[in-house]
Amino acid sequence: MQNKKKLSLYIPQPEQRPGDIPDFSKIVVPPPGNVPRPDSAVEAHDIRDIAFQLIRVLDNDGKAVGPWNPRLDPETLKRGLRLMMLTRAYDDRMYRAQRQGKTSFYMKCTGEEAVSIAPALALDPGDMCFPSYRQQGLLLTRGYPMVDMMCQVYSNVRDPLKGRQLPIMYSSKAHGFFTISGNLGTQFSQAVGWAMASAYKHDDRIAATWIGEGTTAEGDFHQGLNFASVYRAPVILNVVNNQWAISSFQGIAGGEQATFAARGIGYGVPGLRVDGNDFLAVFAVTQWAAERARSNLGATLIEHYTYRAEGHSTSDDPSRYRPMDEAKNWPLGDPILRLKRHLVAIGAWTEAEHEKQQKDVIEEVRAANKEAESFGTLGTNPPSVKTMFEDVYKEMPWHLRRQRQELGV
Amino acid sequence: MATMNMIQAINSAMDVMMTRDPDVLVFGEDVGYFGGVFRATEGLQKKHGITRCFDSPIGEGGIIAAAIGMGAYGLRPVVEIQFADYIYPGYDQIVSEAARLRYRSAGDFWCPITIRSPYGGGIFGGQTHSQSPEALFTHVAGIKTVIPSTPYDAKGLLISAIEDDDPVIFLEPKRIYNGPFDGHHDRPVSPWAKHPASEVPEGHYTIPLGRAAIAREGNELTVLAYGTMVHVALAAAADAGVDAEVIDLRTMQPLDLDAIVKSVEKTGRCVIVHEATRTSGYGAELSALVQENCFYHLEAPIERVAGWDTPYPHAFEWQYFPGPGRVADAMRRAMGK
Repeated sequence: MQNKKKLSLYIPQPEQRPGDIPDFSKIVVPPPGNVPRPDSAVEAHDIRDIAFQLIRVLDNDGKAVGPWNPRLDPETLKRGLRLMMLTRAYDDRMYRAQRQGKTSFYMKCTGEEAVSIAPALALDPGDMCFPSYRQQGLLLTRGYPMVDMMCQVYSNVRDPLKGRQLPIMYSSKAHGFFTISGNLGTQFSQAVGWAMASAYKHDDRIAATWIGEGTTAEGDFHQGLNFASVYRAPVILNVVNNQWAISSFQGIAGGEQATFAARGIGYGVPGLRVDGNDFLAVFAVTQWAAERARSNLGATLIEHYTYRAEGHSTSDDPSRYRPMDEAKNWPLGDPILRLKRHLVAIGAWTEAEHEKQQKDVIEEVRAANKEAESFGTLGTNPPSVKTMFEDVYKEMPWHLRRQRQELGV
Repeated sequence: MATMNMIQAINSAMDVMMTRDPDVLVFGEDVGYFGGVFRATEGLQKKHGITRCFDSPIGEGGIIAAAIGMGAYGLRPVVEIQFADYIYPGYDQIVSEAARLRYRSAGDFWCPITIRSPYGGGIFGGQTHSQSPEALFTHVAGIKTVIPSTPYDAKGLLISAIEDDDPVIFLEPKRIYNGPFDGHHDRPVSPWAKHPASEVPEGHYTIPLGRAAIAREGNELTVLAYGTMVHVALAAAADAGVDAEVIDLRTMQPLDLDAIVKSVEKTGRCVIVHEATRTSGYGAELSALVQENCFYHLEAPIERVAGWDTPYPHAFEWQYFPGPGRVADAMRRAMGK
């Protein structure tokens, strides 16, 4: 008889659970500016190592350093700062609205504002975004009315989606914002198809899509990468690694053995790994990937290394699965505070201006909410029930007309 | 007019649409240079160029997702899923995405895509090349489901499907690609060339979605069928000596209920046939509709003839396939004979 070793099943577990002291000492935070910036026309196989590094621009003193510094003018930086502050204020208000019973559900993007707002500023307005559910910053950056967003969250009579979608599942073709699914990852491979269509039509627009690190386990992620690679689709494939998929840490998605950016290597797609809380770095990698896509050189996979500072949604309590104060200890800081520090460091911003802006964005959100609530909150002033039967098909078929009659509307 | 079998008619539909509309493109597994395993896309790449008819990776989810993205952009992609049995990896993209874009975005986004796929048995394809999954699609709000039974219908319906602004599942009964097989597997199949519906215009024409056809007029009972089973039902009626009215539904969703009601009110008897498994099959929906709409005209219980509720077994092709013998028996039962 052969003396065989018995097998054992490995189940990944996070370093800390509730009650433990948050400890991110195993996360290696490289100094900003230490990753070279290759030409955007580089061969994917020549930059495989970047998928294991971390592209950073802002240092601890708020200085922008290294080759990835996008050298943005102060006005663009201030715009980015304002949009991030506005998005956070919007989230706070809508979260409270859910707690007040004015809607059923809400999801904040606190701590992750940079991964949607910096790309939205780096992309062209005609580029098509296929977001997940935590990129509300895209809409606010592209000028979508906040009141309309709130009306969607309230499913009221002014909800542009006629009360059909769960709160925050926005849609706006005019703003290049694809209808959010709620089924995870489906938009990832659709974005590739949209990009293929743009190339097919000799258009100059590109597509960008966002999923979380947890969703990289879905088949859509791999099929999207495969199709993007095969057809060299002009698309930016963003993976927001915010460490948590509801209660499952990133190791459950396969993050212990390799970075998520490295998933691109096997497909011959450049994988960039970026400090997702560094507005300048996120802007720079998006610009790089957009330039590459527009030059017909195909897709780029970007892992945004960040941290989900709040719960997954209003439906979960993060203190049940992770230490309470993990967010405060996240070694890459907060995207708003870091960009603020940079603006102050370059002499384009003051504490007083920041305080005033903080009040301004809260006031802007308050005013928008007042208007949105005047059209109703969940259940108080819904869209016409008649509309429930519309838009299933372009033309309403007989059976839906009959069912509408049966309901008596 | 030209004489075409069903494959040639389907090929002609795509060719006509690619010629008329630069936004129509075709892709799927093996459909490009080779022209598809059933030859449905033969010559399209050579004629229209490689970006308009090309091979895809073996990933049905990716194929359908890419088509949805293209549709959202404004193209009219026609994709081939090599066998309907392979469509399940793309099912989430069909059900959760293609079917719902228009609704969930309140009309802001939609995808005018056509998903072609050969389906059905009678070819010794075993359990992974013989299934009839139409009920999995008719159950889903937001998509249309079409099944032709002749070359003439196949071309006209496929052109309608491509021009339609809603996603369409276009299931092709592969057993009758080359001839109207009537289920008598022990007899030679006559080619389409001998059938009047093989006379197909070479240019553009449409058959509207949602309209049934009467394959045979009759007075004694109504048969509701589609695809291969239309021809099986015609043979069964002859075998049983029943003056059956055979309705070829052609489109399952939207359904031509008026044609069904009119016929059943005339005959008072109804036999429903399909290859798909019986339980929760599309026949259950048809049976319920006939009961709801024609109850006081019925003179006998509604009969259903379907595939057995087992996977499709390779060795028992003809015991499984609902052939003319079983259909004729159901007709006799409905007639009280």
